[in-house]
Amino acid sequence: MELKPLLITNAQLIDGDTPRPGSLLVVDGRIAAIDPVDIPAGAETVDAKGQWLAPGIIDLGVFATDKPAFHFGGITRAALMPDAGPLDDPGLVERAAKGGKPDLWVHPLAAATKGLAGKELAEIGLMKSAGARAIATGRSRIADSGVMRRILAYAASLGLVTIIHAEDEGLTAGAVATDGEMATRLGLASAPAIAEAIAIARDLALVEETGAPVHFRQVTTARGLDLIRAAKAKGLPVLCGITPAHLFLSDTAIGDFRTFARLSPPLRSEDDRQACLAAVADGTIDVLSSGHDPRGPEDKRLPFAEALPGMAGAETLLALGLNLVRDGHIAPGRLFDLLAATPACLLGLNAGRLTLGKDADLILVDEGTPWQVDAKRMAAYAGNTPFDGMPVQGRATEMWKGGLRIR
Amino acid sequence: MTTSTTRPASDYPPGGDAFRHRHLIGIAQLTPWEISYVLDAAEEWVDLNRSGAAKHDDRLAGLTIINAFFENSTRTLLSFEIAGKRLGADVVNMHAAQSSVKKGETLIDTAMTLNAMRADAMVIRHGSSGAVQLIADKVDCPVLNAGDGRHEHPTQALLDALTIRRRLGRVEGLTIAICGDVLHSRVARSNILALTLLGNEVRIVAPPTLTPPAIDRMHVTTFTDMDEGLKDADVVMMLRLQNERMDGAYLPSAREYHALYGLTPKRLEKAKPDAIIMHPGPMNRGVEIDSSVADHPTRSTITEQVEMGVAVRMACLDILTRRQRGVAGWN
Repeated sequence: MELKPLLITNAQLIDGDTPRPGSLLVVDGRIAAIDPVDIPAGAETVDAKGQWLAPGIIDLGVFATDKPAFHFGGITRAALMPDAGPLDDPGLVERAAKGGKPDLWVHPLAAATKGLAGKELAEIGLMKSAGARAIATGRSRIADSGVMRRILAYAASLGLVTIIHAEDEGLTAGAVATDGEMATRLGLASAPAIAEAIAIARDLALVEETGAPVHFRQVTTARGLDLIRAAKAKGLPVLCGITPAHLFLSDTAIGDFRTFARLSPPLRSEDDRQACLAAVADGTIDVLSSGHDPRGPEDKRLPFAEALPGMAGAETLLALGLNLVRDGHIAPGRLFDLLAATPACLLGLNAGRLTLGKDADLILVDEGTPWQVDAKRMAAYAGNTPFDGMPVQGRATEMWKGGLRIR
Repeated sequence: MTTSTTRPASDYPPGGDAFRHRHLIGIAQLTPWEISYVLDAAEEWVDLNRSGAAKHDDRLAGLTIINAFFENSTRTLLSFEIAGKRLGADVVNMHAAQSSVKKGETLIDTAMTLNAMRADAMVIRHGSSGAVQLIADKVDCPVLNAGDGRHEHPTQALLDALTIRRRLGRVEGLTIAICGDVLHSRVARSNILALTLLGNEVRIVAPPTLTPPAIDRMHVTTFTDMDEGLKDADVVMMLRLQNERMDGAYLPSAREYHALYGLTPKRLEKAKPDAIIMHPGPMNRGVEIDSSVADHPTRSTITEQVEMGVAVRMACLDILTRRQRGVAGWN
């Protein structure tokens, strides 16, 4: 099917720090011109009516291919964690990569080890050929330092980033919360927050030795962020990310045993939360993702410690990201670096920015529209959001994938 | 022995305002006067229970109480059963071992099943913190927490407070040392809440491996040296040490625990000369407590705690069912 050229006019382009008025031309699914002078005949014109025109969100590290939620949230590409399956085989990776067609890109993250068991190397090279864009350790880290060292070196030789979950399994065994007053009052088994820094410290040493690029999917503590900051200052190839939960909620959210706030890693102290906000502002944190992990009542309507961790986050990712802008932590341009440009770079995608030649994965964002998060009326296939009832602002109103209108 | 600490009814708000809860989930939800109200009510039941052959008051006649115990218990279950029966209720016990829980039914489904049988009150024990609250949110009748995970065991704290009040004439302004496995103990948490709320100085005496993180935020002082922790205490409250804690993960051995944290006659000398000795049972004699201390004829309150348990549970069952029974002022 021949795509008609697309002209989006009267938009606020997000191609610098702050939105600026402009228009954008898409030809053959790619961004062909910004503020074009010559408009090809037969181009479809869309009046953005002053809304933000931004790159589609690239959600780095989701646990399910949940198209309605991604479309609601302005997510055009989702990097799928290897846990379901697990994605440790080229065939599974190939199938997962096709799971979003035609209106969503799914980029599988290959399991670093067979069965995600942390013991033997998976067929990383073959999975790369099958479409894997990076490898990941899954929901837990690789306990064996020798295995981890070999994986990092091997993945790096194939040009793949290793995406790491950073929690020390000895300290976190059996824990469902972070040490602190809340966990103690509720009588929940908890682990010290340093479980994260300890895991990060080991892997940073391995990065320093192997030179392998890594991405810590979620760094949620002050001490963990300090280590990342220092590693970056040293010039190590390290990126890190976070989800809105750890930026907007502290462990007080688990009061009343709210299982929707049972997350991995668990919610942290208010001091750690403030450190995370500061790290977003100062550039230590590179990626903002949803960690989308929809779970129904069979997984969540249970006693807290028996419930599974995870939250449905795809629909609230953009609105909560806009909170960071409104609260003055970051500029709009930086928000879309966190949501799209950096994830694209990490995954080696020709997308994530409004620059010439990039795939025209685009969203229009009405950044001011108020709405309320409602766990009972989510597009996701489960409404396990810890932000239930929260008033937010801003949503994606229209989106295109490779110049093709999705909504 | 002092017993005249009950307040006149006129000291409390009228009717249902004296105890504004549909359920008894934890001490955390209670005010000091609500605790005192329950203790006063329990005093009456102590008298009835001691009154000889006919220990019956049939105010709960026709009501069905389900004791749903998802975790093993002998004494708490028995205590609730006797309490319900002395008040004339039809008491049914459900043990997890013989229920559909073992067949994979979810907790909520089990709760809804019990609810459909139209219980008038449920007494629930569960091994997971928060499980009783979860059930209480779904059922139509009052729910009494008989222990949930490490979270709360409110009737234990109430019976302990009653025991202290009867023995020492008051349960305020005292120095109370809670000793042992505080980390895994719901008894400790409920007692810390109740006893600090009532205005006592509460100390935690435990090895660092069994001290909960940030426990000082619950307004207690912590000790790892038992002799220091017991100094001038009015009450020494021992906790049960589960056998599985002594396998090396939390503690090196039972004998080392006894050497460092066992309540021996010599250690007890650090406390006040008339300090009372409490234990929620069942005891590990020779581990956390020596027999000579546990069986002390005047200072040990261990059997009295069991007795107070029945009275406190009668009071709780009575108070929480007043709405259904249409007691005047309890709408």
